[in-house]
Amino acid sequence: MISLENTYFDLKNWFEKSKDGQVLYSYQGDITPEIITQLIEKTENVFDNNVNFNLMRKVTFHVVIESLQNLFHHGLSIEDGKPKYGAYLLLFIENAIKVITGNFISIEKIQMITDRINQINSMSKDELKALYKLILNNDDFSEKGGGGLGMIDIARKTGTKMEYEFFQVDEKVLFYVLKINII
Amino acid sequence: MDSIIIEGTPKTPTVNFDSATGKIEIKGRSIPENSIEFYKPLVDWLEAYSTAAQANTAVNIQLEYFNTSSSKCILDIFKKLENIAKAGSNVIINWYYEEDDEDMLEAGEDYQSIIKVPFKMIEIEE
Repeated sequence: MISLENTYFDLKNWFEKSKDGQVLYSYQGDITPEIITQLIEKTENVFDNNVNFNLMRKVTFHVVIESLQNLFHHGLSIEDGKPKYGAYLLLFIENAIKVITGNFISIEKIQMITDRINQINSMSKDELKALYKLILNNDDFSEKGGGGLGMIDIARKTGTKMEYEFFQVDEKVLFYVLKINII
Repeated sequence: MDSIIIEGTPKTPTVNFDSATGKIEIKGRSIPENSIEFYKPLVDWLEAYSTAAQANTAVNIQLEYFNTSSSKCILDIFKKLENIAKAGSNVIINWYYEEDDEDMLEAGEDYQSIIKVPFKMIEIEE
């Protein structure tokens, strides 16, 4: 169980402060396959109602799908036996769409995540393509916690650098925030 | 052997695998959280089909979106098609992509570079 009282991290405050731009959609709470389906539908509605964003539609969808499914596969629940917790914000800031996701993770994962994102951010388009094909074609890598195919895919499609932050919740748990820009 | 016909859902594609005509179709969206569960019966079907394949096997892949979880499963499908080709069937993979969808075209080209079966990239109007 994750106790959100008496910690340095104020989840409610973080969520509100993250709305730093035009909020197209925001959600926080349970993450289940059914809820992910609904969130994807809500995201589609945003684009149906905003033709100005048409050029960014497909890439944003890919990012949203991969990000939400990462929450499902890798996040933690706040309470044992309850669905995993996740936060999702879709913003429009400075002519870019920003996808922000937040979830709780075990502190042991911080190095792996940091290394992976830094590695991916430093790679060229061709390098990302080669790595993607290598992991895709290699049975030793598993999708969950393994090769990180999802993040490579996001990097290839957006062409932008991913941003991340970690907030300490307690001695075992961090709150991990991922921000992806689509221009 | 029986055909597989699966109706599409918001997260899984329409599937039509016909052993009598040798026509293999996957169309729609493939974004389930657990793609292995969805694709395993399809891979198993292709395994069985390979023992009595038609002279020609035409594969039509027309996906609007697929997640990375599906991408591995789609590769497994293609590897079975490689075996079907090795067993003597003429296999062609028709990879459809919407005009201006460079990412989908690129995804098809990624598979084309890995799989030893002819691919045809077919652009469709949005």
